[in-house]
Formats: sequence, C-alpha cells, structure tokens
Amino acid sequence: MTSDTRTLISGTDLNRRRNKVIYYTVLTVLMITFVVVFFFPFYWMVTGAVKHPAELVRPTPTFIPESWHWDTYKLAWDQLNIAHFFLNTLYYSIGGWFVQLLVDVTAAYALSKLKPVGGKLILGGMLASLMLPAAALLVPAYLTVTDVPIFGWNLLNSPWALWLPGAANAFNIYVLKRFFDQIPNDLLDSASMDGAGRVRVLWHIVLPLSRPVLAVVSIFAVIGMWKDFLWPLLVLQDPDAQTLSVALSRLSATNQVPLTEMLAGLVIASIPMIVVFMVFQRSILGGLQAGSLKG
Amino acid sequence: MTSERPKARTPYSGGASPASRRDKLRRKVGDNVLGYAFMAAGIACFALFSWYPLVRGVILSFQQVNFVTDPIWVGFDNFKAIFDDPLFYTAWWNTLKFTVLALILGYLVPFAIAVILNEIRHFKGFFRIAIYLPVMLPPIVVVLLWKFFYDPGNGLFNTVLSFLHLPTSDWTQSPKMSMISLVLVSTWANMGGATIMYLAALQNIPGELYEAAELEGASVWQRLRHITIPQMRFIMLVLLLLQIVATMQVFIEPYQLTGTTNPDTITVMVLIYRYAFTVNNDFGLAAAMSVLLFIVLGVFSAVYLRVTRDQD
Repeated sequence: MTSDTRTLISGTDLNRRRNKVIYYTVLTVLMITFVVVFFFPFYWMVTGAVKHPAELVRPTPTFIPESWHWDTYKLAWDQLNIAHFFLNTLYYSIGGWFVQLLVDVTAAYALSKLKPVGGKLILGGMLASLMLPAAALLVPAYLTVTDVPIFGWNLLNSPWALWLPGAANAFNIYVLKRFFDQIPNDLLDSASMDGAGRVRVLWHIVLPLSRPVLAVVSIFAVIGMWKDFLWPLLVLQDPDAQTLSVALSRLSATNQVPLTEMLAGLVIASIPMIVVFMVFQRSILGGLQAGSLKG
Repeated sequence: MTSERPKARTPYSGGASPASRRDKLRRKVGDNVLGYAFMAAGIACFALFSWYPLVRGVILSFQQVNFVTDPIWVGFDNFKAIFDDPLFYTAWWNTLKFTVLALILGYLVPFAIAVILNEIRHFKGFFRIAIYLPVMLPPIVVVLLWKFFYDPGNGLFNTVLSFLHLPTSDWTQSPKMSMISLVLVSTWANMGGATIMYLAALQNIPGELYEAAELEGASVWQRLRHITIPQMRFIMLVLLLLQIVATMQVFIEPYQLTGTTNPDTITVMVLIYRYAFTVNNDFGLAAAMSVLLFIVLGVFSAVYLRVTRDQD
C-alpha cells in the first residue's frame, strides 16, 4: 500500500490549481456520502435502541434521542434471552473454528508434505466441491444431517450439524496446502534429522511458520459461523439451540417484541463482528485480496 | 540452514540418501499410513457432507420420499410436476430479475468507486473500512435494520423523501418496488467485497504504463479506457462470475423482507425452501429444483474455475 504508486492521475496533474479544486471537492463529497451511507445506519441502530419506544415510531424521526434509555440493551439481553443465543453463537463459532482447523490443517499437511498415494485425486475431489453451490446441496445435505450414513447419527439441533459440514471447506484446504508447499523441504529435513517425527515437525515447525495463513483461515471461519443463516435455520429448529441470527429472525416474526429491544438485539449481534473487523482489518482486507487474486 | 553433518535422511526433499532401500520403503509406507490417518477426518467430512449429498440430491430428484416407507422411484415425475407449477417460472423470472438488477448496481458501482478511491490520497483506510463494514454484519441484522428504513408508514426512507418533497414509496410492499428494494439491501451489504478486490487489482497495474501514456499525451479518459479497463479485465470477469453465482442463490432478503408467499419476490431458493420445508413438504420436488439450479450455476462455476486456474 505505498501511497506513491503511480495511478491513473499523476502528481503533476493534481498540482494544477483547477484539478486541486476538483480533487478536494470529490474528496469531500465522497467523505460525506460514505459517512451517510455506511456509518449512519449504524448510528441509527445504536441510538434507535436507546430511544423511548414512542419516540422511535414517531412520524418525524429524531436524530439525537430525546431521552436515553440505555437499559433497553439490558432488557433485550435478559428478557429476549439474547444472552442465551449470543452464547450459543459464540460456542458454535469457537467449536466450528477448532474443528475446521483440526480437520483442514491435518489434511492439508498430509497432502502437501506426506504426499500419500492418491492424494492428488482426493485434493481434486475436494476442490471440485467449490463448484457446488451451497444452495443446490441444501436439501440432500439436510437429509444427510438427519440421518448420517454409516454412523446413523441424527445431528439435528446438535452443534455437529454446523461443525462437520463446515469442516468440509475446500477453500481452507487449498489455501493451507499452498502455504505449506512454500515451506522449504530442506528446513523440515534438518528437523527430522534431529529425530523429530512427522507430527512434531507439523507442530513445532510448520504451524509456527504458518501463523499468517492460520490467522486468515481462523478469522474467516469465525466470521462465516457468525454470519450463517439458512443452514442453521434448517438444522437448529429447537429454539433453545438456535444461533442469534436465527433467533432474531424468529423474534421479529412474532411482532411481540418492542422495536427498541429488537434494535438492541441487532446491535448486540453486530458487536462481535465489528470488534473482529477493527482488530483484524488488515488480515481481513488482505486475505480478501489474496483470495481473489490467488496469491 | 546449513548443517555440517552429513545428510543422513532427507524424507521431505527426497534427496539422494545413503539410507538402505528397506528404510526408504518403510518410510514411504509410514508416510502413506500417516497421510491417510491425517486426511481421514477431512475425507469423511467431504464424503458425508459434500460428495454424498450431491449424488443423493440427483437420486432424490427421481424419487418420492415419505419417511414411512422406502422411497419410490417416480422417474421424471418430479420434474414434470415443477414444470407444471406456475411458480416455477415466476421463481426463475424473479431470480433473473434480481441477478440482473444486482449486477447493474453491485457490479458496476463498486468498479467506479474503486477507480475513484484509487486516486484518493487522503483517508485511504477510512474509505476501505467504511465500505467493508456492512459486509461484516450478519445478513439478518442488515435485512432487519433495512426493514425499519423501508417501513411505508414512518420508515426513515419515506420520512426523508417526504421532507425533500419527493414521492414516497411502499418499498418492499409494492409490487413494482419490492424487487428493487431487495437488490438495494443486498448491494449495500455486499458491495464492499467487490470494491476491495477491484482496489487490489488497481494497485497491481504497473505505473509505467500510465507514465508512458501520459508522455504520449493521453487524456485521463483515454488512460482509463486503454490502460485501466484492459488491465482489469481478468478480475472483472472473475467477479462477474462470482456475483452471478452468489446472487442467483438469494434467499434471506426475500425470506425476511417480503415473505415466502409473495409472488413478486419468490426466487429459486425460496421456492426450494417452500417445496421442502413449508408448503409441499416434498423433498423430491425440492431436489428436482435444486438439480436444475445446480446445472445453471455449475456452468458459471466451471467457467470460473477454468479462468482462475489458467492464471496460476
């Protein structure tokens, strides 16, 4: 991100007075537009929740709340049981992250460094799943979860219904394998000469070297779990097991929830993602670019 | 990383090693056993939740399923039934409408924004974060928030419009505007991803090209037309395919904002949902519809994979 890379318009272009005026006009208009379009909805959501319910539904909306009812958040947290669904989602996210890493890292390491017979074919089969749109598999995947072949489990309302399909993530395996491929084999050789086995090499050498890629995979795993809607809607039908997204959808359909508390619920559901974004924005925006351009 | 000791074993790089043949063989066998042990969980997850459902989905589309007796083979009856369903055509037409509208907005607008942002030399971080913020929100939060804005009575949009003395709209509740309303929400929530990817590609255009063009006396518009856009061709194609595949699977916006019974906004995914889980409770019909969707999207996915593989 060097700021002096040459782009469409050169510095000399910009230094002409008329162009400077144009540049700063565009900059100002863009700033205002971005604040209104992308930040204002957040502001409205956070402040809408603390308004008095009567104020929220007034025909002329208020920009700044007349009275501040911060306890709306507490009410939503306790009475709507947002707390319970929030913790559910947190648990599903952390578990899903762990299962994804465990399954995908081991598979990628085997494919990259152990190179078992038929590995290429298996990788091809995994990558082929990238061609399957999730939507088209929805119905058979749902039926599979209700009665898993061979094992005969019924995973409905169990976290495993999210975790196991989530671990079948070809993108993860592809990205991890590519990263492992770049770790020089000589480095691993010198370790194995010191008597380290394959598993220890993975744990002590490959994983510490792979921190950046593990971070990206982890972040996207958690974000994916937190944002998912349609799949949890189908496989977690027991209200007690629901994720926050599904619960909010159900609560909004009842029409019995005060609108201010509904808004508070939306804010609470957004906070973890916004925090994750603020902390890891570099990895997220960078990972997106790496993913789009394939390294 | 130079070690002074003689290389005894080089299991990873497979270099020449004085190890005996039997040692080598043992290691190969060991690697295969360990390799499959390591891949077992991954293979199982893919087999159970990706490969098997694909086969099962195709089989299901030729069966009638009830959960009392074994499934009955019905040939093409499911396909005949959905072709006879007027909603089938409605759903495809609506999905096409949504996709085209979403592309006009969500494909071209991010490109224009990215080109402009790439020229901006101040507050770069702010713009990136702002446009990507909605992408981070759970989709349900986005649609429920916009539900407030769209409210025909005293939602924010109509209030602002009437304040400006512009005509108000019933948004999601009017047959004319409902689809556009869904596209607006969806675009607001997703345009950040495309913009960031375009920006990354713009950063990769070699500056010398622009310099050379400038020396030739090319105007800014000419530079845009003859350098920027040709250089961006690949990423534009990739994003076009990705967005077609993503937008054709639209579900949460109609599900939450206009309901699953509104003929103006029943999309293919909504119809699959209705066939399987609400109206018909018929997994055979839903599977048949899914197979058709899979074929349509599979074409775009295949092209996408071809295009991106050539790049590597």
